Amino acid sequence: MRVALFVPCYIDQLRPGVGLAALDVLEAFGFDVVFPEAQTCCGQPFLTAGESRSAKSLFHHYLDVFEDFDQIVTLSGSCAATVRCQLPNHVPGSRAKAIASHTFEFCEFLVAHDVASRNLGHFPHRVGLHASCHALRELGLGTPSELRHLGRPDPARSLLSSIQGLQLVDLTRSDECCGFGGVFSVEEEAVSCRMGLDRLADHQLAGSEVITSTDISCLFQLQGLGAKSQASGAPGFEFRMLHVAELLAESLAGITSQSTATQQENGGLHGTS
Amino acid sequence: MGHRERAREFVADVDRTRWHDQALWFVRSKRDQAADLVPDWEALRDQASAIKRSALTELPELWREFEEHATAAGTVVHWARDAHEHNEIVAGLLRDRSVRHVVKSKSMLTEECGLNSYLEAEGIEVIDTDLGERIVQLRGEPPSHIVMPAIHLQRAEIGELFAKEMGSAPDLDDPTELTDVARRDLRDRFLKAEAGLTGINFAIAETGGFVVVTNEGNADLGTALPGLHIASVGLEKIIPQQKDLAPFLRLLARSATGQAITTYTSHFRGPRPRSTQELHVVIVDNGRSQLLGRPAFREALGCIRCGACLNTCPVYRRSGGHSYSATIPGPIGSVLETSRDPATHAELPHACSLCGSCTDVCPVRIPLHHQLLAWRGELALSGHHPAWRRFSLNLVAWLFVRPTMYRLLGRFARGIGRRLPPTLREDLLPAWTRQRHLPTIPKSSFRELYRERQRQPKRPRPQAQPRPRHERNG
Ligand code: SF4
Repeated sequence: MRVALFVPCYIDQLRPGVGLAALDVLEAFGFDVVFPEAQTCCGQPFLTAGESRSAKSLFHHYLDVFEDFDQIVTLSGSCAATVRCQLPNHVPGSRAKAIASHTFEFCEFLVAHDVASRNLGHFPHRVGLHASCHALRELGLGTPSELRHLGRPDPARSLLSSIQGLQLVDLTRSDECCGFGGVFSVEEEAVSCRMGLDRLADHQLAGSEVITSTDISCLFQLQGLGAKSQASGAPGFEFRMLHVAELLAESLAGITSQSTATQQENGGLHGTS
Repeated sequence: MGHRERAREFVADVDRTRWHDQALWFVRSKRDQAADLVPDWEALRDQASAIKRSALTELPELWREFEEHATAAGTVVHWARDAHEHNEIVAGLLRDRSVRHVVKSKSMLTEECGLNSYLEAEGIEVIDTDLGERIVQLRGEPPSHIVMPAIHLQRAEIGELFAKEMGSAPDLDDPTELTDVARRDLRDRFLKAEAGLTGINFAIAETGGFVVVTNEGNADLGTALPGLHIASVGLEKIIPQQKDLAPFLRLLARSATGQAITTYTSHFRGPRPRSTQELHVVIVDNGRSQLLGRPAFREALGCIRCGACLNTCPVYRRSGGHSYSATIPGPIGSVLETSRDPATHAELPHACSLCGSCTDVCPVRIPLHHQLLAWRGELALSGHHPAWRRFSLNLVAWLFVRPTMYRLLGRFARGIGRRLPPTLREDLLPAWTRQRHLPTIPKSSFRELYRERQRQPKRPRPQAQPRPRHERNG
């Protein structure tokens, strides 16, 4: 099956290893992946900052780039939510609706294609899943703690729990926000950092070795905080932070003993360096 | 000073912030359990929001119906265009009857109107009788939460306050004993009061009656003795029928504190029978009809003031109610107060990481975080965002719709970033780097690596194998 890969701008520029890992994973399961090179950004940072007109121009750009695909996989729950839930409110018409509804979050896409029942390899670590607010509450992937009675399935969780040896830890607050939130992270710096530090403490208490998420932007926040508090002599938060795609690529790599394309140099698999 | 600065001050006290966060999280957890026990919670939310939504489209009819029935029952109905008119009506009623002492149960509307200071300026003593409200009144500060006005204070601080104001033993911090002290102090004031003021949770068009819910019974006590009861109500608080109360009463206490029902649900319809008591209802607009005219934000008027969106908000829990400098803090406050006065509150819609949990807990399904997002757009267009912020964001967006520009800009920025000494690099982005390291900047972008990867001869890629049946666990 032919799928288009949407690599969010911050992954493209700051952590390309996530994109390479996703390619590896998708290809390993037989998907024919295309990366349309004209893609840039989904428009979310502009929308959340209040610049809807700019966001709209990027929405149109997204629609032009992905016009010809009926399966678009994005490596961020947040970007997927922007495209699927916000874009159609700003760009009227059936074309926009169709393209938006063909956009999927990475784990959501894999689970929809029954990948969770395949051999996903071995990853013998204690893993904390950081829930992405937008995957959870906009896309409805998973059950927010405040809506427990809904019992919605969580694709990221089902993938992770299918990996042999992987132990998902129980967090005190399973879905509290990391405090990133785009411009919020710098405009409301104090609260944003407090939110992130509280998340790290929760993972430490739960004994996570690895923190994983569908959204690397959340992990930038947590990693940045952890590394700095460690450098300043505060209680160290030593976690590896991996996008789910990176984690899957690593665990799949063990199956064939081939190394995956994610390497240190590419900003790939590193801890709180 | 805006929210950011006040929040920074609050957060600086790490212990208090942790304690505040956990106290409110505890309340939210109780809400979760209570909601979980109601099999049709979501249907109940649907029902309540449908009632509110339709009521908001027929406010004039509903209030006329209310007025007719209320008047027939002996209630006097007043209409106030704004806070000043409201205060003047209340003050006039008190003046005419030479009232000097008033007890008041909790009402966010009278906070909004600044009624206490208005009456005090007339020489009328106003005593807040809700324990939390009394505490903040004695401290001379506004409530920090709409349901738990003194949630920002610890027991010891309350003990100190009571020792100073009521002469209780110093270092009292047992909640029951503290409550006893307050109760004794309030008892005399209830007896002395010549008028009782209350808010209204739900006004009912069909009957001309209304409902006030409290956990302390102070609304009953405050209106049972005095010869005058004045109830103030916002224009949005009306529901069509008596039977519509059911979903709201089931939702309100559970959402607010996790209780199945508030301790007191007091129904009023006309003055006390067989007495000379007078009952006056003051219906207040104060900007509400303007909000009604804005479809993007109208639903916010459906708020039943349960406080659930405050308790769940990760920002509110870590910045405290006072950081909002507004009558109503938290997500709903950020929507309502910005509508009232965008210039003053322009920071509030940004005091939000858009996590969306407020929308999930709201019993009347107000799309709070989407309204906050919509407010950001409005504020930008109406000139409430700094020009440089707008310019730089729009410039970046302009570059981003041009793939070549985007690619070059990315390469250029990464190149600079990698060459700068790390400390200088961090100094350039202080708001990020004071507490956070920047991500490691890679040499190549994904798209560059992708090109390389495509150029390489197809090397064997790891192929996932179907898992043997017996090993599957998910
Ligand atoms: S907006 Fe909703 S959750 Fe918030 S106080 Fe009002 S009714 Fe409660």
